[in-house]
Amino acid sequence: MELALDILPQVLVDGIVLGFMYALIALGYTMVYGVLEFINFAHSEIFVLGAFVGVEILLLLESAGHLATLHTAFVLLIVILSGMLLSGLAAVALERVAYRPLQRSPRLVALISAIGASFFLQDALRFFESLWRNTFYLTYPTLDVLDKTVPLGLNVVVPVKSLLVIVTALVALAVLHLFVNRTRLGAAIRAVAQDPDTASLMGIPVNRVIALTFFVGGAMGGLAGVLFGLHYSLVNPYSGFFPGLKAFTAAVLGGIGNIPGAMLGGMVLGMLEAFAASYLSILTDGAFGAEYKDVFAFVVLILILILRPKGLLGEKVREEGA
Amino acid sequence: MLKVKDVHVYYGAIHALKGVSFSIEKGELVTLLGANGAGKTTTLKTLSGLLRPRSGRIELEGASLNDADPHVIVQRGVGHAPEGRKIFPRFTVLENLYIGGYTRAKISLGPEIERVFELFPRLKERQKQVAGTLSGGEQQMLAIGRALMVRPKLLLLDEPSMGLAPKIVEQILETIASINKSGVTVLLVEQNAAMALAISHRGYVLETGQVILEGKASELAGNDLVRQAYLGG
Repeated sequence: MELALDILPQVLVDGIVLGFMYALIALGYTMVYGVLEFINFAHSEIFVLGAFVGVEILLLLESAGHLATLHTAFVLLIVILSGMLLSGLAAVALERVAYRPLQRSPRLVALISAIGASFFLQDALRFFESLWRNTFYLTYPTLDVLDKTVPLGLNVVVPVKSLLVIVTALVALAVLHLFVNRTRLGAAIRAVAQDPDTASLMGIPVNRVIALTFFVGGAMGGLAGVLFGLHYSLVNPYSGFFPGLKAFTAAVLGGIGNIPGAMLGGMVLGMLEAFAASYLSILTDGAFGAEYKDVFAFVVLILILILRPKGLLGEKVREEGA
Repeated sequence: MLKVKDVHVYYGAIHALKGVSFSIEKGELVTLLGANGAGKTTTLKTLSGLLRPRSGRIELEGASLNDADPHVIVQRGVGHAPEGRKIFPRFTVLENLYIGGYTRAKISLGPEIERVFELFPRLKERQKQVAGTLSGGEQQMLAIGRALMVRPKLLLLDEPSMGLAPKIVEQILETIASINKSGVTVLLVEQNAAMALAISHRGYVLETGQVILEGKASELAGNDLVRQAYLGG
């Protein structure tokens, strides 16, 4: 068991990093579900787009020779903000083209449109990168600072890139929380989520609020994409599938439509996965290895959902009438 | 101030309004009477843009409302307290009022909220309470107060008496009369014909999507058809 305790800090850091990543992506699923009551399955591609924007900017800076001269903090700021902006705009365009024309159709139709949009975006990225760089498997350039480690008490060290993910995600989640709960536009989003028709009777331009929701959710997904790239280095157009699926699960776990729920669900899932990856083989004496981490994580999820079908913090469904 | 001329509205294949015409003058309190399914709520939803007329014309102060989106109609000065109250149940009373004034700058909403609290002191007592936990009467007060937050020229009220005890209905209708006296034009939809006509200037009777009767409130209250159909005798 000594070995098990030794790796505990590392496992915790891995779990937190993964958890924040899932939380950021899950927000996009849950916010859109809140206002439209459907799952935007193309959100995983919005996430990947953020990762590609990040790698493209870094590669361009590198080839222009600026990567070594510019301050890393400045570079990171540019990369993160551009990833958020472009992913946000892409999500708005997606809503305009693939979902708004179907607003009065049954939800299942929009869902199919979302699946189609997901395939389209994957292959559009693949097409673009194949023409532009002759490959669609890209690697983030190394930023020296990110690969350093910071000692954190006793014999625990944390990589700077993990800290970057944690700090950035915390800031983004705090800003999002304030935006949704303390501003007029945030109140409009919450009103539309409760009852779009009545929200329009209050003078709220519902379609614009829906577009705004896609932008904010998309920007969070884009941020997750950039952080994913900076942390794990490798991206391809299909990188979004598993993180997307897991973040969607995290959103359901926390209670779909529920913003704090998405954050909590992401964290729970990230932790489960990190613990399973490191401890399954130790605890089962090698019978189950790290490759069973997803099985373990999803078994726990299924158990939680059997006990709490509406998720940890409860589903936020639209109320009809009084 | 409001002119509705030969308006036809469909729900899919259902012909819900079959050429409804009526008008409201500035400062009036007008009641739309009619049985369930006569088209009263459909009329209000069409006026506030939730439904689109297929033909006919709706004019507010001379400008067409036919193709305006709901939020634009609110900006033009139409407040709507919808059927079933439709307060935002997860918002507090105060948040509901603020969202009612969404089209206006937040700084200017203070006096408006005070006015609503004067009309409905119960709301002031419960301002921090989550609206979903209010009683039916309080929710109705909130729905009306919320619609007043835009300082409407025209206030649409859809069955404010629905499901409420007679005593509370009386209180709410009195408040509606006083809102009207303060200068707000009111279009009231009611099934409770006697009480509605008692505070109204004029009224219209809808039946299966058409206006079948109109007149001064006192005349309608004395009309045999209205007495039989809506006044229980």
